[in-house]
Amino acid sequence: MKDREMELKEKKEVKKVAGEGTRPGPVFVPAVDILENANEIIVLADMPGVESKSVNIDLKDNQLIITGKVNAPEGEKEISLYKEFNWGDYFRQFTLSNVIDRGKISAKMENGVLRLVLPKVEKAKPQKIKVVTD
Amino acid sequence: MAIIRWGSNPDEISDLDRLRQEVNRLFNVFSPGTEPFVSRVYPALNLTDDGSNFYVRAELPGVDPESLDISVVEGQLLIRGERKIEPEEQKAGYHRRERESGFFRRTITLPARVSPVKVSASVKNGVLTVTLPRAEEAKPRKITVKTT
Repeated sequence: MKDREMELKEKKEVKKVAGEGTRPGPVFVPAVDILENANEIIVLADMPGVESKSVNIDLKDNQLIITGKVNAPEGEKEISLYKEFNWGDYFRQFTLSNVIDRGKISAKMENGVLRLVLPKVEKAKPQKIKVVTD
Repeated sequence: MAIIRWGSNPDEISDLDRLRQEVNRLFNVFSPGTEPFVSRVYPALNLTDDGSNFYVRAELPGVDPESLDISVVEGQLLIRGERKIEPEEQKAGYHRRERESGFFRRTITLPARVSPVKVSASVKNGVLTVTLPRAEEAKPRKITVKTT
């Protein structure tokens, strides 16, 4: 991978929040990477400013809903001189296929990145079929 | 002869579009302080002031604090670093890939003099906060008005 300078992507704001939208302020869509290997599907979501205890992961039918709450860190006496981004909660919704073993989903929040591991049910794992020769 | 070329290159922004974008941006910048100023360089920064310190904050999710290089030179704060994305196992396939990685470098001019030796920085939950105490001579001084 060549060394390249990163470009800024503006934070994408959610237009309507399904479910609870009780806190005032903008809500943003976190950037995610979704990858799949033989055993699991892994979701990585950028949610800076969110602590582990402020992450909520909800499974309804086959909808996976990720929310992260952010408290603006500015102290009371701070006056904003120059602002390029707003603080706000994060929200993103996914449709899960039935191959996920819901009981074994695990989540970890580190350095503002959520790592969600969704293991596949046994029968969804690729099975090697032996070819027998007579 | 057409003054404006139609459909020759769909990615090209026509001059009229560019003018419209600039006018929109102009109005956004002058609206009362609620709209963030859009910058094209990563990361986005917020600068605040509480009278004794300046605070510069940036959202840097997944950035290793060890990779950050922060310095204050001649009234400017310089932040450099690298965001690495762990290459997951070779056999994984991506369904979606929105997170970016690479080097970044940002400078921001500070509104008043700071004490470079007293500058501190911390990263919490992927948010960098740089605290820059004002230099003694730059602190706002109350001037008492004497009445005779």
